[in-house]
Amino acid sequence: MTMIQIRDVNKRYDDGFHALKNINLEFRQGEMTVLIGPSGCGKSTTMRLVNRLVSPTSGTVEIGGRDIRSIDPVELRRSIGYVIQSVGLFPHMTIGRNVAVVPRLKRWDADKTARRVDELLDMVGLKPDLYRDRYPSELSGGQQQRVGVVRALAADPDIILMDEPFSALDPLSREQLQEDVARLQQELHKTIVFVTHDMDEALKIADRIVLMKDGEVVQSDTPDRMLRRPANDFVRTFIGQKRLEAGGAADVAEREAGPDLGGFVMADGPTVNDVMVTQPAVTYPGRGLAEAITTMERRKVDSLYVVDRQRKLLGSVSIYNVMDSYGDEDKTVADVMMPVRYSVQSGTPLTQAVELLASHRLHNVAVIDEDSRFIGLITRGSVVRHLAEKLPHGDNGEEPGSSTGLGPQGGNREEHS
Amino acid sequence: MSAGLSFFEFLGERLPDLLLALREHLTLSLIAVLIGSAISLPLGVLLVYSRIGWLNSAVFFLANLLQTIPSLALLAILIPLMGIGARPAVLALLLYSIMPVLRNTYEGFRSVDPHVLEAARGLGYSAAQRLLRVQLPLAVPYIMSGIRLTTVYVISWATLATLVGAGGLGQLIVSGMGVNQPYLIVAGALGAIALALAADLLLGWLESALGRRFGLRGGAAA
Ligand SMILES: Nc1ncnc2c1ncn2[C@@H]1O[C@H](COP(=O)(O)OP(=O)(O)OP(=O)(O)O)[C@@H](O)[C@H]1O
Ligand SMILES: [Mg+2]
Repeated sequence: MTMIQIRDVNKRYDDGFHALKNINLEFRQGEMTVLIGPSGCGKSTTMRLVNRLVSPTSGTVEIGGRDIRSIDPVELRRSIGYVIQSVGLFPHMTIGRNVAVVPRLKRWDADKTARRVDELLDMVGLKPDLYRDRYPSELSGGQQQRVGVVRALAADPDIILMDEPFSALDPLSREQLQEDVARLQQELHKTIVFVTHDMDEALKIADRIVLMKDGEVVQSDTPDRMLRRPANDFVRTFIGQKRLEAGGAADVAEREAGPDLGGFVMADGPTVNDVMVTQPAVTYPGRGLAEAITTMERRKVDSLYVVDRQRKLLGSVSIYNVMDSYGDEDKTVADVMMPVRYSVQSGTPLTQAVELLASHRLHNVAVIDEDSRFIGLITRGSVVRHLAEKLPHGDNGEEPGSSTGLGPQGGNREEHS
Repeated sequence: MSAGLSFFEFLGERLPDLLLALREHLTLSLIAVLIGSAISLPLGVLLVYSRIGWLNSAVFFLANLLQTIPSLALLAILIPLMGIGARPAVLALLLYSIMPVLRNTYEGFRSVDPHVLEAARGLGYSAAQRLLRVQLPLAVPYIMSGIRLTTVYVISWATLATLVGAGGLGQLIVSGMGVNQPYLIVAGALGAIALALAADLLLGWLESALGRRFGLRGGAAA
């Protein structure tokens, strides 16, 4: 069922800037829609249409079939959760008061509000007794961001707008919150509109992804379809480039694409070398655990392979290994790393690697050369991306010229088939 | 005549006069600051919200202009209009007090982080609630420092009020000059200084207490 309908919306700002061009979107009840696109493409503007922080120059926005211009904006906003991009906590209110803002505006009774505040602070790992009475300036950026997120959830709204809510978080709490939000949406059927810059995040949590560029919607689809049938080169580069930046990021897209993998990888052409991520995130045995976390954070991954100076593969560490021993400052990566049980040789057919991934439920598998040097990483995401590039593009009217990006192997494969 | 007395003996002898002058001085200043703030505070808020660009410039120009009129001249202008006594004195003083409070109120409201305001709007604060529960508390430190500044000035300018027959510590100074009694002049001047310092201290303390109350001065206390 459609919850929010944006119809033929144009937005010109006062300075004449045409920020949204003929936007048509629907956000379905109980779904998580992720808006993604380059900076300045109009994601925030689109999101702010929904709670009337931005009013369209032309076109309409409906919630539950009702034109929102007929709803009092203040009432409308109190019924919609909103996480602002820049956090925007009230500096003169304690954390508890910040979280309680909407319940208080809605005149909940004090006990209920206080219980709700504690429950929410707990949910994001801020001990209520410790943090309730602090002021925002006494919290770290990441902690403030978490408060900003739960403030939006406080009055239990059906619709939640989240503008880059996790941008300042470390990978662990980021993942934790992504899961919390995904669970919230699945269990309580919240309708969530979520803005991010991060394709991995989008692929991980979205039911539907809306990719925007220069005030227009380029493609609006499920993550699966977006990976399989990118509407044009922009989508392809956006997915590709972002996924490459993410290096060996693990489990992305498994949820959507996992079951289909086996069926599609039958062609005997591609080897692991065609598909692997060539700059996987690595660390060295002598590194401290905090350094390892920093690397994970920078590369946006949840595990690292450990190599020596000759790039020989020694083991791997996951964020969980690291966090378990994090308190011990003397420990290094070598102390916590796990042996690498599965790897494939350079030149192995992709099918074998995929079978390995599937049968052992691995997030990724390392590729090593003759001298057992670590040269690349097969991730589920990299396989999916490869498929998205190589498979015929079906009914999306792709022009032939776009296959130039595929490289020489593209031609070879056609001969085989 | 009382040349034989020491300064302190003199103070003791004239204490009732001194206290009266002090009280008049304080009353004049307080009334002027209170009325002045009651005008300039809402005016400042109004200017923050007005979309009429020239109105802002006009008001600030006028307020600035008032500040530049020599106080003696202002009093001279007011006498034919309002006669003599406390009323023209209060009016002159409050005209002077408008500018600092007006400017600080305006700056205080303008200084509120736009993201914080957007959050307030997005969470469903009405315009009035935004004003009273978000902007005003965040502007309080600015407003308080405007009031503090103004109070100190007004107390010092109020010594001129005696020229329109409004009494106050200036009275002591002027009569001291008339009868060539330096003690009287010193007592008037010291009284004005002490009053200004006391007001400054008190308001400074209030300012930081309010700052703490609104969580604006770091929180080493926690
Ligand atoms: N109030 C405004 N007045 C004029 N132009 C604006 C205004 N707000 C946004 N814009 C412009 O509209 C465009 C879209 O802005 P928007 O904030 O929606 O981008 P975004 O996709 O959210 O970007 P980011 O990822 O950087 O947050 C930008 O070019 C921005 O400069
Ligand atoms: Mg934005």
